[in-house]
Amino acid sequence: MLPVREGFVLAAILFTLGLTGVLVRRNVVFVLMSIEVMLNAAGLAFIVAGARWRQPDGQVVFLFILAMAAAEVSVGLALVLELYHQYKSLDTDAISRMRG
Amino acid sequence: MLGLLWLVPVFPFAGALLLAVFGSRMGAKAVAVAGTGTIAASAAISLLIAAAFLGAPPPGGAYTQTLWTWIDAGSFRPEIAFHLDALSLVMMLVVTFVSLLIHLYSTEFMRGDEGYSRFFAYMNLFVASMVTLLLADNLLLLYLGWEGVGLCSYLLIGFWYQDPVNGRAGQKAFIVTRVGDTAMAVGLFLLFYSLGTLRIQDLMHAAQTRWSTGSPVAIAAAALLLGGAAGKSAQLPLQTWLPDAMAGPTPTSALIHAATMVTAGVYLIARTHVLFELAPPVQLAVAAVGAATLLMAGFSALTQNDIKRVLAYSTISQIGYMFLALGVGAWGAAIFHFMTHAFFKALLFLAAGIVIEALHHEHNIFRMGGLRRELPAAFWMFLIGGCALAGLPAITAGFYSKDLILWSAANSAVGGMGLWTAGVAGVLLTSLYTFRLIFLVFFGPAATPVSRRPGLAMVLPACVLAFLAIAGGFDKAPFLAFMATALPAFREASGGMSELVSSVAAGLAFLAGLLAAWYAYVHNPALSRAAAASPMGRLLHRFWFADWGMDWLYDRVFVRPVVWLAAVNKADFIDSIYDGLARLAALGHRLLSVTETGKLRWHAAWIAGGAVFVVAIVMFL
Amino acid sequence: MTTVFYIAGAVAIAATIMMLTRLNAVHALLYLIVSLLAAAVIFYDLGAPFVAALEVIIYAGAIMVLFVFVVMLLNLGEQASRAERGLLTPSIWIGPSVLAAVLLAELIWILMRGSVPPAEAAGAGPAEVGMALFGRYLIGVELASMLLLAGLVGAYHLGWRRVPKAKVIHASRS
Repeated sequence: MLPVREGFVLAAILFTLGLTGVLVRRNVVFVLMSIEVMLNAAGLAFIVAGARWRQPDGQVVFLFILAMAAAEVSVGLALVLELYHQYKSLDTDAISRMRG
Repeated sequence: MLGLLWLVPVFPFAGALLLAVFGSRMGAKAVAVAGTGTIAASAAISLLIAAAFLGAPPPGGAYTQTLWTWIDAGSFRPEIAFHLDALSLVMMLVVTFVSLLIHLYSTEFMRGDEGYSRFFAYMNLFVASMVTLLLADNLLLLYLGWEGVGLCSYLLIGFWYQDPVNGRAGQKAFIVTRVGDTAMAVGLFLLFYSLGTLRIQDLMHAAQTRWSTGSPVAIAAAALLLGGAAGKSAQLPLQTWLPDAMAGPTPTSALIHAATMVTAGVYLIARTHVLFELAPPVQLAVAAVGAATLLMAGFSALTQNDIKRVLAYSTISQIGYMFLALGVGAWGAAIFHFMTHAFFKALLFLAAGIVIEALHHEHNIFRMGGLRRELPAAFWMFLIGGCALAGLPAITAGFYSKDLILWSAANSAVGGMGLWTAGVAGVLLTSLYTFRLIFLVFFGPAATPVSRRPGLAMVLPACVLAFLAIAGGFDKAPFLAFMATALPAFREASGGMSELVSSVAAGLAFLAGLLAAWYAYVHNPALSRAAAASPMGRLLHRFWFADWGMDWLYDRVFVRPVVWLAAVNKADFIDSIYDGLARLAALGHRLLSVTETGKLRWHAAWIAGGAVFVVAIVMFL
Repeated sequence: MTTVFYIAGAVAIAATIMMLTRLNAVHALLYLIVSLLAAAVIFYDLGAPFVAALEVIIYAGAIMVLFVFVVMLLNLGEQASRAERGLLTPSIWIGPSVLAAVLLAELIWILMRGSVPPAEAAGAGPAEVGMALFGRYLIGVELASMLLLAGLVGAYHLGWRRVPKAKVIHASRS
């Protein structure tokens, strides 16, 4: 018996946890980590669905998500380094020049 | 020969175009030749046409030449067409000939002016518009000419535009006549709406068959046309613009504001006489307006000290006589007086121009004097013109025409004696102010030295006009017979005054005025000065000098409230609707830009909130 | 099978919660790695061994390691940990938590609503995945490779630091 519904519920829980992390934590590195959690949760949902329908498509999509996450993380962390170099702080609330 | 009719307005129009485009590059002589030559051609062709018309009258006494269809919109098809009958023929002849003489005069009068070519362009355009007005076959083309002469009047009054006073005078003329023009336009709308055509002959026929005498539509249409005529002809209550129009050059005053344009109203009423006959109250109003105006202007002329303003008020007064004639149904008499008036009034203005030029632009008659010896030509011109104006019995044209009007007034069906008395009182006033003018300017001690004598170009036209002012009245009987082919004859009521009695009364009034003027200004000037200085005299003088306070009245009643309204509405409440929209958008912007905090978590929270909202919609719908 | 799933799921959730509440970045990263490993177990359990391996190799093995490197580079130290505590006041996490809880409730409600016909566990092996990847999803693969190239170039450019001229001259002289 494939735990389809439970799998989706698990994915939903992990997703909202990641969302909470994005909204709560002010440290940029933690924000990026929380985004990774969200991406992973979405991937989990795809895998569950792919297993349910006995197709490799879910895994293929997960692969794409993985590639995307890799690219995003590399650029994002490079930006984090640059940010720290410029502002000497990792507080997202302090980096709000794009206001108004 | 009659087919050349279209050339009469086209020649001056072409001249105006030529001078407008090339005038600044042409020499003064070329401009004079071009400007006067076109009018001469027009006048020559008018003469040929008149000869052909009189020699072999076309059937029905009218000739129509259609050029092309102007507008074609359903049932509305006015054409560019010219209609020639006795009325328009006479007026066209007078207009072109007097224009020719005045153009000749202005070649010397306007010499040295930097707007020389501009002047002739405007004058040519004026003649073209005036002839179009006179020859128009339908009321729309007439209105075109009407507006054209109004435009040229404005342009020429404000000819010396560098002085803002002249510009304001031009504006005043345009705006006051515009009031009349609007009434006339509404009248045209009403006529077209009721009768379905604007072709004058068809219109008159349709009105006669469809409307009964005294029907409200006829009264309304006639009253509106009267409004337009009163505006253009400077009659009560729209006469305030003409005295100020004297700010223009003297040839302009002679041509436009004495002989031709101001008589356009008379022509309009004569042309649409059927309408006025169908509306007896309005016709009575025409006579009343004429009588009232001729008296009012006469009193005002008594007090003026600018030589041209005296003549302006005199023009208003004489057109009042024409309106009086129209009002009592003496159509032919009105046109006869128009013709003689054109001659002697133009003559007077030309002579006044000679005087003004000679005294180096001096207009105040109290600073003139004794010019009888210095400018004999001007003196004789002025004397002949003045006598014609006042109506010297038997030998001047003015006497014959004015006398005819007085007799017609006395024998009219309504208000005969009252109108006749007003007319005779007018003769007295006319004589009084005319001879006052002559005595002050040409008699007595010299006040300003003469600096310039008139040349031949100025004296010759005046001489021709002087001859016409004397001889023009002798053809009264054939003239009236000719007019009867186009206009209805005068219907005299029984038991009226005989012609002899009326003539004698007029002659006596003339003499009384002459003697009074001589006594007051030559024999015993101290008396007139004492009378003017008395409190009653001063009051009357001020009142009549300001044209019976009409300018003051219009200022208080019309101008000031409008200016006040404009000042109150400076913020323009209609604009504030659009302003308000813009301000609303700006407010929205300010409110929403609060959400742009630039904080990452804030924006992420809003995205999450949006996701919650959308999922909720999916859940519940 | 289901028990493995439940246990691994519980571990994943617990590890994620721990990750969210740590003050030290390295501690949080370690918890995140644990969560990802639990996810790999779930993938294997669902019959997707290839993806499970990839999760461990790439996600936990490369991406998280990259995170660790960057955190080390940042060299945050004790002071940062203390500052983090100040940033986790209740006023900060109450609002977002409520929002996330509402979203979770909505999602679970939707998931619980429909009925899913039961199916037997059956995954797809690596061969099948490979066939699908380079067959139907070939364009996706190309696009992903372009994305990775862009990421590579971007990261290189952002990370490149200009060496100050004085240091260079000093180095060449000595």
